[in-house]
Amino acid sequence: MFKKILIANRGEIACRIIKTARRMGIKTIAVYSEADEDALHVEMADEAVFIGPPPAAESYLLIDRIIDACKATGAEAVHPGYGFLSEREAFPKALSEAGLVFIGPNAGAIAAMGDKIESKKAAAKAGVSTVPGHLGVIEDDKRAVKIAEEIGFPVMIKASAGGGGKGMRIASNAAEVAEGFRLARAEAKSSFGDDRVFVEKFIVDPRHIEIQVLGDKHGNVIHLGERECSIQRRNQKVIEEAPSPLLDEATRRKMGDQAVALAKAVNYDSAGTVEFVAGQDKSFYFLEMNTRLQVEHPVTELVTGIDLVEQMIRVAAGEKLGIAQKDVTLTGWAVESRVYAEDPFRNFLPSIGRLVKYRPPAEGATKTITVRNDTGVQEGGEISIFYDPMIAKLVTHGPSRAAAIEAQSQALDAFYIDGIRHNVPFLSAVMQHPRWKEGRLSTGFIAEEFPRGFAPRAAEGEVARRIAAVAAAIDHVIGERKRRISGQMIGRPVTREQRRAVWLGRAEIPLEVSREGDGIAIRFVEANGEVGSAHLLVSNWKPGDPTWHGTADGHPLAVQVRPIANGFRLAHQGVEVAAYVFTEFEAQAARLMPEETKADAGKKLLCPMPGLVISIDVSEGQEVKAGETLAVVEAMKMQNVLRAERDGVVKAIHAKAGATLAVDAPILEFA
Amino acid sequence: MKNILEALDERRANAKLGGGKKRIASQHERGKLTARERIELLLDKGSFEEFDMFVEHRSTEFGMEKSKVPGDGVVTGWGTVNGRKIFVFAKDFTVFGGSLSETHAQKITKLQDMAMKARAPIIGLYDAGGARIQEGVAALAGYSYVFRRNVIASGVIPQISVIMGPCAGGDVYSPAMTDFIFMVKNTSYMFVTGPDVVKTVTNEVVTAEELGGASVHATKSSIADGAYDNDVETLLQMRRLIDYLPSNNTDGVPEWPSFDDIERVEMSLDTLIPENPNKPYDIKELILKVVDEGDFFEIAETFAKNIVTGFGRIAGRTVGFVANQPMVLAGVLDSDASRKAARFVRFCDAFNIPIVTFVDVPGFLPGTAQEYGGLIKHGAKLLFAYSQCTVPLVTIITRKAYGGAFDVMAAKEIGADINYAWPTAQIAVMGAKGAVEIIFRQDMKDAEKIAARTKEYEDRFLSPFIAAERGYIDDVIMPHSTRKRIARALAMLRDKKVEMPAKKHDNLPL
Repeated sequence: MFKKILIANRGEIACRIIKTARRMGIKTIAVYSEADEDALHVEMADEAVFIGPPPAAESYLLIDRIIDACKATGAEAVHPGYGFLSEREAFPKALSEAGLVFIGPNAGAIAAMGDKIESKKAAAKAGVSTVPGHLGVIEDDKRAVKIAEEIGFPVMIKASAGGGGKGMRIASNAAEVAEGFRLARAEAKSSFGDDRVFVEKFIVDPRHIEIQVLGDKHGNVIHLGERECSIQRRNQKVIEEAPSPLLDEATRRKMGDQAVALAKAVNYDSAGTVEFVAGQDKSFYFLEMNTRLQVEHPVTELVTGIDLVEQMIRVAAGEKLGIAQKDVTLTGWAVESRVYAEDPFRNFLPSIGRLVKYRPPAEGATKTITVRNDTGVQEGGEISIFYDPMIAKLVTHGPSRAAAIEAQSQALDAFYIDGIRHNVPFLSAVMQHPRWKEGRLSTGFIAEEFPRGFAPRAAEGEVARRIAAVAAAIDHVIGERKRRISGQMIGRPVTREQRRAVWLGRAEIPLEVSREGDGIAIRFVEANGEVGSAHLLVSNWKPGDPTWHGTADGHPLAVQVRPIANGFRLAHQGVEVAAYVFTEFEAQAARLMPEETKADAGKKLLCPMPGLVISIDVSEGQEVKAGETLAVVEAMKMQNVLRAERDGVVKAIHAKAGATLAVDAPILEFA
Repeated sequence: MKNILEALDERRANAKLGGGKKRIASQHERGKLTARERIELLLDKGSFEEFDMFVEHRSTEFGMEKSKVPGDGVVTGWGTVNGRKIFVFAKDFTVFGGSLSETHAQKITKLQDMAMKARAPIIGLYDAGGARIQEGVAALAGYSYVFRRNVIASGVIPQISVIMGPCAGGDVYSPAMTDFIFMVKNTSYMFVTGPDVVKTVTNEVVTAEELGGASVHATKSSIADGAYDNDVETLLQMRRLIDYLPSNNTDGVPEWPSFDDIERVEMSLDTLIPENPNKPYDIKELILKVVDEGDFFEIAETFAKNIVTGFGRIAGRTVGFVANQPMVLAGVLDSDASRKAARFVRFCDAFNIPIVTFVDVPGFLPGTAQEYGGLIKHGAKLLFAYSQCTVPLVTIITRKAYGGAFDVMAAKEIGADINYAWPTAQIAVMGAKGAVEIIFRQDMKDAEKIAARTKEYEDRFLSPFIAAERGYIDDVIMPHSTRKRIARALAMLRDKKVEMPAKKHDNLPL
């Protein structure tokens, strides 16, 4: 076994690999760029080597620097993690030339699976189910119809040179195929100057299901079951789980066998993933093979109990697989959420900055529930523009899918991040979504369920009551202390009313609050004025704590608390609301206050993120139509086109090209 | 007998109605509460005791003898906030528009005298139209009595003014002489002369809001120390502020049991200072991570944002914080920032509130605008304020402490008790570039030499260690231990005693 390995990566995956290596008694070397000097992976590793400036192309992607770092530290092997150099054929080759071991598959396997067309051919040859279709050139619409009838409807007509949906048509009968073929060909010609089109089966409501495989250098390959990754936003996986709620044992076995056959066909000798697209009818077709550790591998680890990184290290060191296919069992259910530094309320635009507060939920295992957080950041760290915005993977495991989801939901409630915007509220909202809970998934889930983007959940019903109860309990703790201030008048004890009016926004929830034993009892006042029965809230929360952890009527509950003037902003299950705990008299006065008049942001175009103005595409006095480009702002090296949300006339322009703007800085104003 | 008691009840009920139900409704329609509602919100439930409820004016001019309302446009009395006694008067806009008459003024001065005798804070809630014109010089003289008492009480008991409606003419000067002014957004304004007079005299057309609204006074003029959304928010925030303030200049700061550990370390502070010395960071993160429970009451938040002032607690006891804000103008000291901090420091010193100063200051702001505006004297105010302090002063240099600004920001040599520096501190006359250009002027053309000299200067001077070697700072501390070290320093200094020579009063550079 190796004594020392180098991890050619950063962030959570580097940290995760270090953990396993340390458990195996292997010393670890981290590499880091200028931007990662204070990063968690550098702190965790036994040694760390500086490899260059922040852009990955000048640091993490430089093979020579990695090899130099190995030589300087005496590392014998390199784990590439995912991304960066992990699927570059040249990397294992260069390592091998330098006498170093690559903890991953052989270069030949990477090459064989690296090319989309070649990999499909290899898959077909290995007997893997591929999407039925005709890859050759189709001469005319008659031929197209014939092919479509052979494949079965619906079909997709695609431009060979296509991309971005151009030259793409879906047809569900012969007539549509004929027409679609003509249109697609014309579009393809005008868009790409190449009128070749092909036809393949169109899978309605597709799901993304993938099989984890594991091979060694002795020809053994097994599979570790599937993961479903259908919750995606613009082809970016957001939530994953294992097993898949779609599959039955027979389909699982069939998919697993095919994945193993493909892996064997390319002499696969590490951990890898065979990705399939699946129909709701459990039909499945090969998509591609990823010749590396996947981001979402922890869900497989939690249901199989197998540490994939450990297996990768062992097989790389030449060991035979210690696990046979029959030893692999799937126990319980695991769900993973990817926590991204992006603003769900602003169309998921990336968010950068300092992690002023970062308090992830506690990791650990009880008899039935496991919470694992693979994180690459820490409080006081910086989310920079240079790398992937994923900051953590929160994984929960339970005996059933429902239990894993419930645990995930609770863990997300306790995931406290300040300083940057993040997608935890969105993830929480998905966890509460009935369609997700039922497992009726497809890769279109987010687009279909959140068609107008994400807005915070409104506080209603049970959730509102729960939040109101916690608000009252928090206020009670604060109030008890206020009455212990020094310098009080003798003989005039400050009394406290039990009746409170909790405002969530402007919605009022009347209740009574009192201390009872080690808890705080909340009694809701019903519409008829009757006081309901007591709900007992028990918590060690004290002022200054970011999250209220406790139980309500014995059920665990976590609510995030951010102080605001005279109240708190509370976050729970994707709901975020300003809560005020008033006495009856205060509430009576508050009712007289005019509703907060927000500055009419609709009339202004505000900069959605900190960035550089590339261009202002309109002029003062110009009439614009909804959808028209108003300005382009570059942030995180991405050019974001800002469009008019409705028709209007530009009244004033406040920013010019080349200006650096802060978030919410006005760019222009409508009349 | 029963009838007499009932008559009292009746008179009380009548007095409490002020200007009547119609005027109360119109007050509510404007999004404003009545004087008595405001007092009730401000004080603990049932604690208010009213004085002079039956006072009426004595004017007979212009038929005034026919219109009398008990209370005469101001409600006065006392009560408690979390059990601590507070004196309060509230102008009643429903009665003669809250205008000030001779008797109205007498109600206020009576309360001021009472507050001084009882040595407890006094709070004025303003919503009034100025002097009652029908009373002439009697009203003007009334103001003067109030003004003089404001001045005598200054530095003895905290005085707070809350502007919750119009406040114009003579009415503005009493608030102006109190310790703090807070305003309600959209419903309050404050000016010496109103838009009509402005138009007549200068032809300037301006609205009341533009001339003296909360947004103007809290950001531009510095008249207001804060602005809130509405009456309820404002009054509840005043309760919060009172919890921080001593009752008078001898009682010391209030104390309550803290839920926060004074030994708490904050590892994330070790990365607060960016690698790049020209990159800003938010000093409020440091303040929020140092104070008990992250609770900080900021004073003048929206004015001269390059310096942060406000109250927090350490170990349950009030502490004043002054901090340069690198996020705004690199934390430079200019006239506005100097005035803002100086006033805050003097308040703290007057009422025995210890001061913690966080320093990251590149110097004073250069330029004609500043020099013409009297930067020298404004800067001197802050220097003067710190130098005359007798309260415990703890200073922490986080990054830059350049030039004269180093001295001004509570240096040990002007009277600070404990001065710490973070390892990232740079205590020098100026930054490297400027310094090298002066010291090595002859090498200016040789880029290589200049680079070497710059490096030399940075290594030698841009560190806390020269200052530490000479005892100008007491220790170099780890950023993560800042709260712990401040708490220890304040505990050690709790009984600090410094005698200043007796004098009539000082002569602050105004």
